[in-house]
Amino acid sequence: MILQTKGLNKRFGGVHVARNIDFGIEPGEIHCLIGPNGAGKSSLFRLILGAHRPDSGSILFKDEDVTRLPSFARIRKGMSVKFQVPGIFKDLSVRQNLVISFQHHLHGHDLEATIQRVLAFAGLEGLEEKAAGTLSHGRQQWLEIGMAVGVEPQLLLLDEPTAGMSPEETRQTGEMLRTLNAQGVTILAVEHDMSFVQQIADRVTVLHFGEIFAQGSVQEIISHPGVADIYLGASDE
Amino acid sequence: MTGREAHPDVSRGPSLIDATPKQQRNTLALWLSRLEGPQTMGRGKGFWLTLALAVLAAVIYPLFVDGWTVGNTAYFLVWTFMAMGLGVIWGYAGSLSFGQTAFFGLAGYGYGVLTLNFGAAYGFTLLALLLSVGLAALLAVVLGYFMFYGRVQGVFIGIVTLSVTLVFQAFMAQTAGPEWAIGAARLNGFNGMSGMPPLTIPWPGGDVLLYADIALYYVLLGLMLVVYLGLRMLLNAPFGNVLVAIRENPERAEMLGYDVRRYQLLGFVLGGALAGLSGVLYTAWGQYITPSSMSITAAALPVIWVAFGGRKDVTATLIGTLVMIFLYQWLTIYGSQYAIVVMGVILVLTVLFAPEGIVLSLMRWISARLTSAGGRS
Repeated sequence: MILQTKGLNKRFGGVHVARNIDFGIEPGEIHCLIGPNGAGKSSLFRLILGAHRPDSGSILFKDEDVTRLPSFARIRKGMSVKFQVPGIFKDLSVRQNLVISFQHHLHGHDLEATIQRVLAFAGLEGLEEKAAGTLSHGRQQWLEIGMAVGVEPQLLLLDEPTAGMSPEETRQTGEMLRTLNAQGVTILAVEHDMSFVQQIADRVTVLHFGEIFAQGSVQEIISHPGVADIYLGASDE
Repeated sequence: MTGREAHPDVSRGPSLIDATPKQQRNTLALWLSRLEGPQTMGRGKGFWLTLALAVLAAVIYPLFVDGWTVGNTAYFLVWTFMAMGLGVIWGYAGSLSFGQTAFFGLAGYGYGVLTLNFGAAYGFTLLALLLSVGLAALLAVVLGYFMFYGRVQGVFIGIVTLSVTLVFQAFMAQTAGPEWAIGAARLNGFNGMSGMPPLTIPWPGGDVLLYADIALYYVLLGLMLVVYLGLRMLLNAPFGNVLVAIRENPERAEMLGYDVRRYQLLGFVLGGALAGLSGVLYTAWGQYITPSSMSITAAALPVIWVAFGGRKDVTATLIGTLVMIFLYQWLTIYGSQYAIVVMGVILVLTVLFAPEGIVLSLMRWISARLTSAGGRS
């Protein structure tokens, strides 16, 4: 397991957003975290990142207990993250966004060459001097993926990576993630879009009311009768 | 998986990191290359030529006026360090400190206490300068630690720092009694401390005394250039990039692996030390310091200079500060009782019409004109 949570609990007031979550990600897989609104996906995501501290339980990254480490220290150990709302520096140029993202990871390696590769990878060639906030929404998302992957993370955490994207952009994003995965990056994605999950996921975990409801391959989850129920139940709201 | 034909181009090699080792670059050459960069305006021959001409003009200026006037001009330069330091904290790192005068005053009094006790022989004044700036930096470490590691943010940084400078002022103002002395140095309450020696440079055949005159002017001019160019290099270095990232989006900066609070603290200490440097130079320039140098008016002025100039660029900050101090002096000397009111009006106008700073907006306008003219030719 590259990432493991043991008995993770988190409450916000009376809301139990994570109940005894024992969860794990195998190295090399693309793992999708799904569930209806309020199921605790984002909370689990933020617990893994260190943006929230759990009330009890522990988080292991590469077999090391990181439960008490602040976010930046977890990132430095090989995690990388892309948020749902593009977490880019909008007033800075595309190049500056990438420089800031990579400068401390690339001791002894060529920053400029890495920037060029990432620009090509993310489809941003020729846009490096543009202010990041002026890019189209899809390109902002790709820039942030580029920022997250240029440091060659071992675990890439994505919160709804295709939010607000057109179907074509979504398809291209799926390809990007598949390519990264083929290069050895393990991926955990929180995702709403089931067709996107089908495109990329090796394994799927379904959360419901802060608990792990089901886990398995995409096919197993789709044919799981309970999963359809909780989604239909949720859509009645 | 199908179709890799459209961009994004995903067929480039096994890794996004270029594994070839970076060419070894001379450290000096690397730092010099950072004189220009994305975090500072001004690049290319035109800019450096303009700067060189400005420096030349400043160098020959004393040939045309008397020493007393030059000494008064030196006074303008004294304040630029505090302004540039505030620019780092506020403009680059995004935390508005409203109490830089706390560091200014502490270092100024520190210089007074040290030199009144130990004199000026053997260049001790220079050691006193370093120790006093160190004292200001130490205060910044302690105050900054509690603020940033205590998750104090936004406007509350301004409130805490302003409170500190006002507490210092109130404390120093009640030290009139003879019991308030540190060794030979009477703190002297509201009237302030005076009679400390000016800066001295040890020299064979007799120390050079830097009274408010031509020699002090040149020392301050040189120091200002060193600090200005040094800040340009630092702000274009990875450190400056991180400060800007924190200003733009602190959560993202943390999630890129940066210890945001540590960088905020470092920026705050740098700014505090520079304010302390101004405090020492001010005290040495006029051989006095009073609690009013830590008052709310004194605390507001650097904020106005930096806002007027343009907090997000060190050059704009420097130019704006010199312009505003000159204007303030001119208004004060020529009888206007309303110099401070004019400062306030300028601040309001800046905020309304050029929130990024008047000087910075002008610089951007000129830069855009030059670029488009260059593009046509």
